[in-house]
Amino acid sequence: MTVNLPAGHLERSAPTSGRRRMSFTSHTGAILALVAPFLILLTLFYLVPIGYALVQSFFKLERSSAFGSPREVFAGFEQYVHVLENAAFWGSLGRVGVLLVTMVPVMILLGLLFALLIDSTLVKGRRFFRLAFFAPYAVPGVIAAIMWGFFYAPTLSPLPGVAESLNLLDSRGIMIALANIIVWTVSGFNMLIMYSALQAVPQELYEAARMDGAGNVRIAVLVKVPLIMPSIIMTGVLSIIGTLQLFNEPTVLKTLSKAVGLDFTPNMLVFNTASIPNYNLAAATSVVLALLTAALSFVFLRITQKRAFE
Amino acid sequence: MKSTTLGAPVEGRGRIAKDRPISVIAATGFMIAFAVYFLTPLWWLIVAASKTRADMVSTFGLWFSTDSFALFDNVAALFTENDGAFGRWMLNSFLYAGVGGAVGTLIAAMMGYALAKYQFRARNALFNIILAAILIPVTALALPLFLVFGAVSLTDTFWAVFLPSLVSPFGVYLGRIYAAAAVPDELLEASRLDGSGELRTFFSMSLRLMAPALVTIFLFQFTQIWNNFFLPLVMLQDDALYPLNLGLFSWNSQVYLAPDLRLLVIVGSLVAIIPVIIAFLLLQRYWRTGLAAGSIK
Repeated sequence: MTVNLPAGHLERSAPTSGRRRMSFTSHTGAILALVAPFLILLTLFYLVPIGYALVQSFFKLERSSAFGSPREVFAGFEQYVHVLENAAFWGSLGRVGVLLVTMVPVMILLGLLFALLIDSTLVKGRRFFRLAFFAPYAVPGVIAAIMWGFFYAPTLSPLPGVAESLNLLDSRGIMIALANIIVWTVSGFNMLIMYSALQAVPQELYEAARMDGAGNVRIAVLVKVPLIMPSIIMTGVLSIIGTLQLFNEPTVLKTLSKAVGLDFTPNMLVFNTASIPNYNLAAATSVVLALLTAALSFVFLRITQKRAFE
Repeated sequence: MKSTTLGAPVEGRGRIAKDRPISVIAATGFMIAFAVYFLTPLWWLIVAASKTRADMVSTFGLWFSTDSFALFDNVAALFTENDGAFGRWMLNSFLYAGVGGAVGTLIAAMMGYALAKYQFRARNALFNIILAAILIPVTALALPLFLVFGAVSLTDTFWAVFLPSLVSPFGVYLGRIYAAAAVPDELLEASRLDGSGELRTFFSMSLRLMAPALVTIFLFQFTQIWNNFFLPLVMLQDDALYPLNLGLFSWNSQVYLAPDLRLLVIVGSLVAIIPVIIAFLLLQRYWRTGLAAGSIK
């Protein structure tokens, strides 16, 4: 959209006229006043907590005797060894790993299909579909899970026969039950991001392809998809992060199903470890999870060779 | 976006004629099937919230009861249960998400504007830190935040949820794009020549030019805070401080002991999602362009 043109224009003009006009020193006061509130809050509520968690993860509580009061002593990487030796940690990672390779592709492909169809001439009532598909995104994850919980439980479900035959609350069905809630909530959001990108593509590009005799499907696959790749990759990164950090939905499902334990996802494990309380181990687990999330996002971005956020 | 030339509509109609009927039917069927999938739970929520407890069990779940329409009684019961706890949670959510979102939006817009409109030494480094911060999910921060707030004895207070919610790196990112697009350098230059101070220019002119962007940033932040569950769950013990979704979750966890709560959880869920849906519908124009700007750049 037109919004992007001035941004590009600014970058280009900056080295020449920009530098002369906006000197490094003349507006220092104003710049400081503008950036200070955000930077202070970012430091207090992002950087300091992350630093503090890092520090905590290198300590442990030690008692001098069985009844002595505990004191914090430096423990090096001991907590990290505990994390990596913890079968529950690997189990929780395995579950979100399964969701990463099954649910995430579904969520992105559905979003892409919806976006392409709403952008095409094939379907009437595109405005309605766009709103209908996006509406679940306005439902908080906790409420979405409570709602679907009613559908899953055979005794409460408005479709008891279906709920009984699918039996999604037992240990075999629970992953599908969870994946369904996420797909229901997020697909419409993915659709909207990709659809917005499609809207910004100049129509002439399609006309050119059409002149060359390309059909709708060929245009979609060969022209549209490559053009909106940055958006697809952005939804991919957001989905990877979201999946690794799953907490709300499985926590609600835990009240309905015995198949969901206290350590079902890595974040549930962190929460549970913190409530024992073992803050040092919980902090170490958090750090490992954050590093893993960053590493996976990074690898994903490298593989796809695009930069979604720039 | 739409072309106004005479040729365009003809071109458009010609294109529709080229779609084979079988593709149209398949595509439409696909979309309708998914519309049913996406809307059924919401439809059920409306239907179930309008029933009495007895009707909920005895009548078909996806259609209204013919005997009674209890929606208003249920809503009244919702707001009286537990000494009006639901109303308090709702107010809390509006304070956390509404006030927090508004203040956070202003702060993010200031930062984004500074990044877009001024050259200064740490600019690129700061922008990279903010991009990295976008990738840190709120759930990863909740426990570290709890440890820090614990160290200064501020857990289980309003501020423990309110203050961290003010920070929106994604808001800064959007703010930077919008400031670059909506505030022309020439205007800034002109107001400088007029002798207006930089901050005065920002608050009296630039902020007004960025108004649509502010709505987008606000909506994103509002939704994120409104939906945040992990942070309040970690921070709060006192249920008078709960936001809506934590309150509903606590009721939902008690339904085996107090079956009456089940219906109230349903009605409460409906009441809780209505403000967000209304906000999204009313402000559609803004967040759609916001998304476009956020996803392409």
